Amino acid sequence: MKKNSMEIKFKALAENEPFARNVVAGFILPLNPSLNELDDIKTAVSEAITNVVVHAYPQNTGYVTMKVTTQDNYVTISIVDNGIGIQDIERALTPFYTSKPNEERSGMGFTVMESFMDKLEVISNGSGVTVKMGKAIEKKVAGL
Amino acid sequence: MQIKSRIVNKTLYILLSGELDEYTAPNVRKTLDTMLETEKGFIQIVLDLSELTFMDSTGVGVLIGRYKKMREKNKPIFITNPSRNAERIFKMSGLYEIMPKIV
Ligand SMILES: Nc1ncnc2c1ncn2[C@@H]1O[C@H](COP(=O)(O)OP(=O)(O)OP(=O)(O)O)[C@@H](O)[C@H]1O
Ligand SMILES: [Mg+2]
Repeated sequence: MKKNSMEIKFKALAENEPFARNVVAGFILPLNPSLNELDDIKTAVSEAITNVVVHAYPQNTGYVTMKVTTQDNYVTISIVDNGIGIQDIERALTPFYTSKPNEERSGMGFTVMESFMDKLEVISNGSGVTVKMGKAIEKKVAGL
Repeated sequence: MQIKSRIVNKTLYILLSGELDEYTAPNVRKTLDTMLETEKGFIQIVLDLSELTFMDSTGVGVLIGRYKKMREKNKPIFITNPSRNAERIFKMSGLYEIMPKIV
């Protein structure tokens, strides 16, 4: 039952996206993920951070808090903002739904998170959004 | 992100190298639009993604935006050499129905 965790808070700016996804990738390296597993997680993290950057703070830039926990071979990532929140979560999770159809968005962010991770949970209670994602890293046999 | 283009046999080949996300998207849009407007003598476009090392759903929006502009000029766009994850995102979003994949 080896447990590890980290937490960082940074400005919700597009230029912090590469930083955020690479921090997660670096943190989970002890679990010995495959390149495909790393790619999946980096893409899902990027989707969640992009959503904070694009949707959460229409007025002034806010912050995003990212927590990563590993327990044995399981990774849990929480991405939390204090922005405008999501009124209708079911609609937001629907493939192709976007509240910004005039800004070249495809409405596929949550669908990508759902299919690249094993678990996705979206919580919004009036003050911001919490996206919680989980994925099991396959155990590799030593010597292979 | 680096974008290079060349025309061979009336086909405009565009090679995207680097990462396409919300951070790089504004520049990618601008560079592609300038290329598509200033290059002359091509009838179709091939987007070569062999050197695209990262892409998320923002990339789909960028590509659909360029597709809409080229559709007005009757110039089809094709995609080649997507990464495993780019391929999954394109399939999920139905992008290949408007920008077919070629090998
Ligand atoms: N952190 C957030 N704060 C407020 N609204 C959000 C947040 N994340 C998502 N949303 C809402 O959920 C909708 C769906 O998100 P999703 O990521 O699936 O699509 P998108 O961001 O609109 O487009 P794409 O991700 O393809 O560029 C968004 O259009 C937005 O209205
Ligand atoms: Mg999104």
